[in-house]
Amino acid sequence: MNQWKNFNKGLIAENAIFVQVLGMCPTLGTTTSAYNGLGMGLATTFVLVMSNIVVSLVRNYIPDKVRIPSFIVIIASFVTVVELTMQAYLPSLFEELGLFIPLIVVNCLVLGRAEAFASKNTVWSSTLDGLGMGLGFTLALFMLGSVREILGSGAWLGMKFIRGDGMLIFVLAPGAFLALAYLIAIMNKFNRKNA
Amino acid sequence: MAKKESTLLSMFLALFLVTLISAIILGFVYEFTKDAIAASRAAKQTEALKKVLPPFNNNPVQEMYKKAVDGDTLYFFPAREDSVLVGIAVNTFSPKGFSGMIRIMVGFLPDGTIKDVAVLEHKETPGLGEKMVRSKSNWSVQFQGKNPKTYRLAVKKDGGDVDAITASTISSRAFCDALERAYKNLTEGGAK
Repeated sequence: MNQWKNFNKGLIAENAIFVQVLGMCPTLGTTTSAYNGLGMGLATTFVLVMSNIVVSLVRNYIPDKVRIPSFIVIIASFVTVVELTMQAYLPSLFEELGLFIPLIVVNCLVLGRAEAFASKNTVWSSTLDGLGMGLGFTLALFMLGSVREILGSGAWLGMKFIRGDGMLIFVLAPGAFLALAYLIAIMNKFNRKNA
Repeated sequence: MAKKESTLLSMFLALFLVTLISAIILGFVYEFTKDAIAASRAAKQTEALKKVLPPFNNNPVQEMYKKAVDGDTLYFFPAREDSVLVGIAVNTFSPKGFSGMIRIMVGFLPDGTIKDVAVLEHKETPGLGEKMVRSKSNWSVQFQGKNPKTYRLAVKKDGGDVDAITASTISSRAFCDALERAYKNLTEGGAK
């Protein structure tokens, strides 16, 4: 029951984007389409789960004073693994996400979970926590990407359903803030009803 | 289990081991993906060459030559069919894009006529400057079959013959700049 909660809380109740508002840089930068949001979310999820596992495994062997540098090195290694793998096998997605993949290293969500959860909990709980947080993040990016793609390009997952352009502002940076604000507002209403 | 004390030795050892293990893992991953990355880059280049050149049966990548201009490099790919020159593709660039460097592959026929163009790399605005990419819009079709000898490679606003992308004059200018650079250096280089 308790373990289920570790997984579950990241999805909605403590959703990284809608509730904690963490990791805004990739959130606003990469969600120009649903596919990009999904790709970025899954890449981050992988890094989050792997770094949570490793950090919780080594948490008792790392002296407190050097824990942050150690965590960063661990996270950076996994990010580089994702970067190389994506470049090799998904070159088109890599081109779209480009700069934002190396930036997963400094995503405060990843270091935040390593520091706040994985460094104090068991491997199994940390795995579930990483998976839940990552999937919550992915879900949020996918929703944001969908809204922006539908309104901005008149398409969803690359399938066009209007002629010509959509409301271009939603593909550009200001649209990211607008769409995110409305999604957070809707999520807040929804969460309060449940409480 | 109690937390490790933060002594100089334990901190040194912990960081050393963490970085060592990370380095070893990354080394393996790099070795493992190296070939696939090179292959996907080469595939992209070959695909672009096929798109912008008439049919050829040599290997233009083998005959590639470079020319350093304006702080970067142009790459020329001569295409031959049965050792007769049928066209030259130029991997050209422009630093004047709306968000930095643009690289374009442009294919010229032996008389200097543009056969076709393909964007290799760009960071232009999605939905606006991005339309220079063929998969996003048909804007770049207008360059097909034009000879820069008579066709002025500049947007109409600057007195040229090119229709700019709506609301993306800067991206369109950069595109023309890249093509112009390719044409100028191709004819100057005496390649034909």
